[in-house]
Amino acid sequence: MSSSTNNNTTLNDQPTDVNVGCCAITLNINGQDHAFTVEPRLTLLDALREQLLFTGTKKGCDHGQCGACTVHINGERTLSCLTLAVMQQGQRITTIEGLAEGNALHPLQQAFIEHDGFQCGFCTPGQIMSAVALLREGHARTKDEIRELMSGNICRCGAYNGIVEAIIAVMEVSDAAV
Amino acid sequence: MLPFSYSKAADEEAALREYSASTKYVAGGTNLLDLMKLHVETPGHLIDINGLPLGDVTPLGEGVRIGALVRNSTLAYHPLIVERYPMVSQALLAGASPQLRNMATVGGNLMQRTRCLYFRDATSPCNKRDPGSGCTAFDGENRGHAVLGGSDHCVAVMPSDLCVALAALDAVVRIKGSDGERTTPLVDFHLLPGDHPERETVLEPGEVITAVDLPALPFATRSLYLKMRDRASYAFALVSVAAALDREDGIIKAARLALGGVGTKPWRAWEAEAALVGQPANEASYRTAAEVALRDARTLQHNGLKIEMAKRAITRALVTLGALP
Repeated sequence: MSSSTNNNTTLNDQPTDVNVGCCAITLNINGQDHAFTVEPRLTLLDALREQLLFTGTKKGCDHGQCGACTVHINGERTLSCLTLAVMQQGQRITTIEGLAEGNALHPLQQAFIEHDGFQCGFCTPGQIMSAVALLREGHARTKDEIRELMSGNICRCGAYNGIVEAIIAVMEVSDAAV
Repeated sequence: MLPFSYSKAADEEAALREYSASTKYVAGGTNLLDLMKLHVETPGHLIDINGLPLGDVTPLGEGVRIGALVRNSTLAYHPLIVERYPMVSQALLAGASPQLRNMATVGGNLMQRTRCLYFRDATSPCNKRDPGSGCTAFDGENRGHAVLGGSDHCVAVMPSDLCVALAALDAVVRIKGSDGERTTPLVDFHLLPGDHPERETVLEPGEVITAVDLPALPFATRSLYLKMRDRASYAFALVSVAAALDREDGIIKAARLALGGVGTKPWRAWEAEAALVGQPANEASYRTAAEVALRDARTLQHNGLKIEMAKRAITRALVTLGALP
């Protein structure tokens, strides 16, 4: 993924705001540094999708109510629509594109396929990023606890049962491997 | 979002120094950026305070000091909180979603704005957003609005779950400004709307919340947070209750009771607490206290359900606590 530059020049009527439209930043995404220029108001979500073309991360509500934009920041699930790109310099950002190892899907990606964890697929990257973090957090042991701790990811197709089954399947495999 | 400039403060002094009238501090950003997208908040400059050293949870004698930048998820699972103040952990986990809890901070939680539909819709008259423009909620959709603490100018609910628990626990807010540090009880931190609903807290322009202190309260180990909402998870409270109960030989020695979802600020139910002390620890006492707690409630067209719901929630919370060993 190459770096890109924001050529937006519509903000020249803001002479008092010295760094509006002119922040050169570097973000570390899926292990690689990306240097580019942003307006301060650019969300991490829009930076990922529009500037860096990591379009796996989805924009659903853009207000922190749906979870479609979930990414990991330093391994923790976070809503990329409610943070600014300029605030995430020096952090380790992981998107859905960073989960697979080459052609080998992450076990949760594979489990979502095997358990019908989606229909239209729009919420799926956010669901999977959220579920990967849920497994790492270790607070969910039952289906009810999984439902509660996945409640920040809305699926309007209603694939919830398959999503919970996929998470259970990976959880059981992980436990068996311990 | 409208354009703004951005800087990151290395320490509290830098944050205070860089502050100007159009500045907002940003920490988690979960509420502020949402409102900026709606043009409800329109700061000219953001100061990112995430670099300030305010991220620790530390014992304070038998109490706990919580840094203002501690994330909700960190606090909810912190052993000191789970052990000493279960109602705080439960309130946090009943709020928002895991993603939001990873971002949202304790200081930001104290500063979060109301979910009133008309406050959030920048085209509607709203005395809180645009002083003097009127209140659309009085004759509008007001099922979610306050039954306690409202004025003729505003009936918007302060939506925090955490603050309800903090109010019950006599939490103290630590604040830093250019004149040094000061403290205020959490119950005095938020203001009733009165004639000036645009003024929501005692925080002066430029001041930074640095920490919240929870004083020792041994019987808070027997405490809980009960939240009633329109769906099972990930929703703001219609009614919530933070409660703690101290009993001896079947008699209530002391109680803590605070309500969420019903008040224009986190609502400490002082009179209901007083009504419990010295009474037998049974459902009749709890129901009596619940009646006292809602005695001054005033309803609008759509929010009458909150009164009986709050009474039942208080009773149920206390019955649950009373049944603990």
